[in-house]
Amino acid sequence: MTTANGYTGTYELEFERPLLQLERQIVELESHSGDAGVDIGTEVRKLRQNHTAMLKKIYAKLGPWNVVKVARHPGRPQATDYIHGFVKDFCELHGDRHFGDDPAVITGFGRIGSHKCLIVAHNKGKEIRERVACHFGCAHPEGYRKALAKMKLAEKFGLPIVTLVDTPGAYPGIGAEERGQAQAIALNLREMSRLRVPIVSAIIGEGGSGGALGIAVADRMAMMQYAWYSVISPEGCAAILWKSGEAAEQAAESLKLTASDNLKHNTVDEGLDEPLGGAHRNPSAAVEKLERWITQSLRELKRFKIDNLVNNRYERLRRMGQCG
Amino acid sequence: MAQVPSRSWQEVVDTGKRGDVPEGLWTRCPQCEAMVYRKNVEQNLYVCPECDYHHRIGADERVKQLCDPESFEPMWSDLAPVDALGFVDLKPYKDRLIAEQKKTGHRDAVLCGKGFIKGRGVVLVSMDSRFMMGSMGSVVGEKVTRAIELATETDQPLVVVSCSGGARMQESALSLMQMSKTSAALARLDESGGLFISVLSDPTTGGVTASFAMLGDVIMAEPKALIGFAGPRVIANTVRQELPEGFQRSEHVLEKGFIDRIVHRKDLRNEIGRVIDYAGK
Ligand SMILES: [Zn+2]
Repeated sequence: MTTANGYTGTYELEFERPLLQLERQIVELESHSGDAGVDIGTEVRKLRQNHTAMLKKIYAKLGPWNVVKVARHPGRPQATDYIHGFVKDFCELHGDRHFGDDPAVITGFGRIGSHKCLIVAHNKGKEIRERVACHFGCAHPEGYRKALAKMKLAEKFGLPIVTLVDTPGAYPGIGAEERGQAQAIALNLREMSRLRVPIVSAIIGEGGSGGALGIAVADRMAMMQYAWYSVISPEGCAAILWKSGEAAEQAAESLKLTASDNLKHNTVDEGLDEPLGGAHRNPSAAVEKLERWITQSLRELKRFKIDNLVNNRYERLRRMGQCG
Repeated sequence: MAQVPSRSWQEVVDTGKRGDVPEGLWTRCPQCEAMVYRKNVEQNLYVCPECDYHHRIGADERVKQLCDPESFEPMWSDLAPVDALGFVDLKPYKDRLIAEQKKTGHRDAVLCGKGFIKGRGVVLVSMDSRFMMGSMGSVVGEKVTRAIELATETDQPLVVVSCSGGARMQESALSLMQMSKTSAALARLDESGGLFISVLSDPTTGGVTASFAMLGDVIMAEPKALIGFAGPRVIANTVRQELPEGFQRSEHVLEKGFIDRIVHRKDLRNEIGRVIDYAGK
């Protein structure tokens, strides 16, 4: 499969296998369309109809564990694809001014629609070397500190903040601990809650734990249809509660990590429908969808007086949770 | 102090997980392995008289140790956890809660209220590692937030003694949100000029460390407490190497610059009082 984000890999989701088989058949047939005396039009049309029907059927009853797999599909648009897609004149800003520049977090000025803003995003990386450098989207403390430093810049210059969340979790390593992973995330939570500019945040793929939350305190939170958001990854949860990584599928069920579950419990405000068969089938449609949500949300948030905006942000968090 | 026999770091970490001093007249210290008369440990604030090992203590015992006699007034004790997600692992969350409540006599993993420490009025939060490893779900997050708001409104110093394995998995994203909720409340306390003394005890990890516990104006820790974001086992599995001696313990975290003072349990009252006085609260 070749997708608009440049991914040309052969990654197969298990539950998509029959679909991919059909896709190959169609490609095969179409390659003969130039052959003399062969009319394949009807045949291809029929196969395409089957394909669409099958796609609808599979995706209509996608379980939580399969949602997690879609969220991790290497062909799924990542933050860099969204930035290429809808940020004009992106001006990347590097470094936390303390220790280094974590490639797992991207920050920079840019324009989205008519809005000048600061973009903060998790970066998973594309080819293997980049993915390793980004620790597969797991940020270090310097990534969170870079995010905060640039967000303070945005506040100083009155620029709204747009964050794109896509991480399995913050990096659990020796250096990360020694440089204060917990303190870095904690500080972001406290400071983001009082930044005097609008903040909108979208979970585009994986929303894993404190690592996600560290850039996701916002006035408005959206979640892509096949993203996941939870206190821990299903594998991590399975290892602790089931004492076996094998139980990840059950953990995914229990964690209620899908967009519809998060909407139900008000932990996100809006779900963004993905193109049929997931964003990896049609990245440009996903890009368009997210852009529309961001520009519309920013337009609405800019109408608020800053004091009210910050108060509302607090009240939004204040309602979180369920007690008896 | 007695000679401490050398044990592997993982052994110390593992035995520490046992929690409270086990029942019985005599008890073996998980650190120095000395057999100690149980009464002596109790009278010594649950610190091993031989090697200074700080046993884990429950929230009630902590409050008793910190507050002036009879001065603590618990608040919001009626808040009870609910199984909002219908969470089931090897055991349903609902059943787990009932069992933990029976075991501890508390509805959830935190005790909050007003009290006095050396004559100084404080809002006190004490987490309880006996209740689901002190994990933070909606109730813990809500009570901690109310305590922060109370401290802000009444301009009283806030003292939080943390002791937690992190955010509670059984409430998933609802637990996660308690991290931002408590941190946002602390932003308001900070803006009002209020004082927050964060005391870290063994263990303080995960979502609790990555929210209010690390946001103290002054951060104290008991000796050798496990303090970190990720658990040692997760880290060891990720980096596939042995963790350095003393990694993620108070002394190591202090050396790295993330806590202000390591305070022996017997000195906590004095030290808290001293900081309150310096802050002029
Ligand atoms: Zn001992």
